Amino acid sequence: MNKLNSDVTRPRDPVVIDIENITKDYVMGEEIVRALRGVSLQIHHNEYVAIMGPSGSGKSTLMNMFGCLDTPTSGRYEFNGKNVAAMDDDELAAIRNREIGFVFQTFNLLPRSTSLRNVELPLIYAGMDPEAREERATQALVDVGLGDRIHHKPNELSGGQRQRVAIARALVNNPSIILADEPTGNLDSKTGEEIMALLEDLYSRGNTIILVTHERDIAAHARRTVHLRDGIIESDEVGVMPAMESMAAS
Amino acid sequence: MKCFLYELSESWKIAVAQMRSNMTRSTLTALGVIIGIVAVTLMGTAIGGIQVGFDKSMAIFGDDVLYVGQWPWKNVDDWWNYRDRKKIKTEYADGLNRMISMTPNSNLTIAIPTSSVYRSVKYTDSEVNNVLVRGTVSDYIITSTFDFKEGRFFNELESRAGANVCVIGYDVADALFPSASPIDKSVLINGQPFKVIGVISRQGSFLGLFSLDSIVVMPLPAFQKYFTAKSEAEILVKVKDKTKLVDAKDELTGLMRRVRGLPPEKRDDFSINEQQALKSTLDPIKNSIAIAGLFITGLSLFVGAIGIMNITFVSVKERTKEIGTRKALGARRRTILLQFLIESTALCLLGGFIGLTFAYVMCFGIGKAFPSFPINFSFNLVVVSMIVSVLTGLFSGFAPAWTASRLDPVTALRYE
Repeated sequence: MNKLNSDVTRPRDPVVIDIENITKDYVMGEEIVRALRGVSLQIHHNEYVAIMGPSGSGKSTLMNMFGCLDTPTSGRYEFNGKNVAAMDDDELAAIRNREIGFVFQTFNLLPRSTSLRNVELPLIYAGMDPEAREERATQALVDVGLGDRIHHKPNELSGGQRQRVAIARALVNNPSIILADEPTGNLDSKTGEEIMALLEDLYSRGNTIILVTHERDIAAHARRTVHLRDGIIESDEVGVMPAMESMAAS
Repeated sequence: MKCFLYELSESWKIAVAQMRSNMTRSTLTALGVIIGIVAVTLMGTAIGGIQVGFDKSMAIFGDDVLYVGQWPWKNVDDWWNYRDRKKIKTEYADGLNRMISMTPNSNLTIAIPTSSVYRSVKYTDSEVNNVLVRGTVSDYIITSTFDFKEGRFFNELESRAGANVCVIGYDVADALFPSASPIDKSVLINGQPFKVIGVISRQGSFLGLFSLDSIVVMPLPAFQKYFTAKSEAEILVKVKDKTKLVDAKDELTGLMRRVRGLPPEKRDDFSINEQQALKSTLDPIKNSIAIAGLFITGLSLFVGAIGIMNITFVSVKERTKEIGTRKALGARRRTILLQFLIESTALCLLGGFIGLTFAYVMCFGIGKAFPSFPINFSFNLVVVSMIVSVLTGLFSGFAPAWTASRLDPVTALRYE
C-alpha cells in the first residue's frame, strides 16, 4: 500500500504505521487518566523516528500502541494496512511476532537460556522448524557481532552484549519495525554509543526504527523527532541536531 | 500443527529447566504428589490383592457345586424364618442320588453328604484347637479342589466301613508333625485314634478370615459314630454342566422338596447355595472397601495437587515479566497456557514416577516379608497412576496457567 499524504516526509516509501486521532484512557480507581488525547501520525518504511517527552507525556502508551501490545480506546490504527484496533489478543500476538522487533531498556532476556535460545524464541512462536531457526538465529547473532557468544547465558555477558542479543532477537524475524524503548537506559554512555551505532547501522541497511527515549542526545540519532506532551503531539520535526536544539530552547 | 509441536517441545524444555533451577522447591512440591501417588498406588495394590484373594477363596467352593443347607449364604433379616427349619440330614444324599440316577438327562451328577464339627486334634503332646472335623464319603474328592501333599483320600471301602482313618489339612499336619511324616500315625480326636492316610496341600485362607488348612476329613460313618451331637450337615451336589446352573438348581429344588415331602403350597424349608450367590453377597462389601480406600488415599493426592497449584501460582507471579516478554515476542494465550500446564504436569509426572517407584519397592518389600499378604502390583496400575499424575498436573496447573495466559502484556512487561 502506498498511501501518500501532503506532509509525508518520504513519499517514496510505503506507510508502515498509520494512526489517526487515537486516544487511550485508563481507569485508575475512580479517576480516568487520558494518556493519549488524539494523536495522528504516519511512519514510513525505513524511517528512524525518536519519540520524546517527559514522563507522563504518553510516550510509553504510544509505544505500546506501536508495539501492538495495547489497542486504542478510540481512533484508527493501521499497521501495514491492517486494522489493529479491531484485533483480538492472538491476532495482536501474531502481528508482534512477525512485524515488530522489541528492544527493551532492561533487555528482557530469558535468564537461563543461551543467547541462541533467546534469539530463537520469536522463530519458535512463528512455527519455524528447528534447523532453519538455529541457522537464522545464529546469523542474527553474527550480524550484531556476537558470533562467538551464541552459547553464553545472559549472566555471562556484559550489558552491551545483552542488549546486542536483544537486538538480534528483535531482528531475527525480519520485522517491519524495530521498537527500541530506552535501549541505552541501563548502559554506560560508551556502551550506549555502541548500541546506537548498531541501530544506525540497521537503519542504513533499510530497517525502520522507532526509538522511545527521554534523552536528547540519544534522540539526536534519529532522523525525525516526535515530541509528546500531555497526550498530544507537541512537535514532529524532520532533521537531526538543529531541530533538537530549537526544541530544547522552546 | 507443526507450530503447536514446536511450542510443546519448547514448553517442555522450559519446564525441565525450571524444575532444575528450583530444585528444592520442585522436590518439596513433588513430595506432595509422591506421597499421594504412593498412597493411591498402595491402596490400588491392596485392592488388587483383595480381588485376587477373593477370587482364590471363591474358587475353593467350585463353580459347579450346589450346597444344600439350612441357611442361605447371605445376610437374612428374617432369621427366625430359617431358625426353625428342619435340620439337613446326611441321609438325604442317598435319596437324592437315587432320584438323580432315575432321572434321564439329569443336570445333576452326584450328591455328597457332609457333616462338620469343630474339635481339637492331638498327637502325643501337641494339640491343635478348633479344627474343622468333617465326615463325608469317598466321592467327596470329586467336588473338591484340593491336591494331596502326600498320601491319599480314603477309598469307598473305608468310607462305607467307617474306618478310623482321616485326611488332615496342611496346618494340622504342620502343627502336629513338624518334622516327621504324619502318614500312618494316629491322631486323637475326642479321645478316639484316627490313622492319618493323607495330607492336603496348602489351601490358604478364606478371605484371610479363617484357615482352610485347619481341617480333618474322615469317613461319614466314623464321624457319625463319634461326633453326631450338634453337627451341621450339608449336601454337596455336583452339576453336570455349569452353564446350566439355573436349571440344575431348579431340578435340585424339586428333588429336595420330594425328599422333604413338602406339599406344593409350602415354601422351601432348605437353602440351595452356590459360589455365585456368595460372590454377589460379598461383592458390594468388597467394592465399598475399594471405593472408601481410594477416596481416602485420593485426598492425599488432592493435597499434593493443591501444593502444585500453589507453586505454579508462585511461578506465574515470579515470571510475570518473562510472560510479558514472551507475549511481546509473539507468544499467544494458548502458548502461555500450555507452558504452565506442562510445567505443572511435568512436576506431577515426576512425582508420580518417583511415587510409583517407591510404591513398587514397598510392595516388593511387603511381598517378601509377608508372603501371605495379598498384593497385586499390576501393569495397569502403572498406567493408571501415570494417567492420574497427568490429570492431577492438568487440574492443578489450570487455574494458574489460565491466569498467566490472560495477563495483559503491557502490565506484565512493567511488572518488577
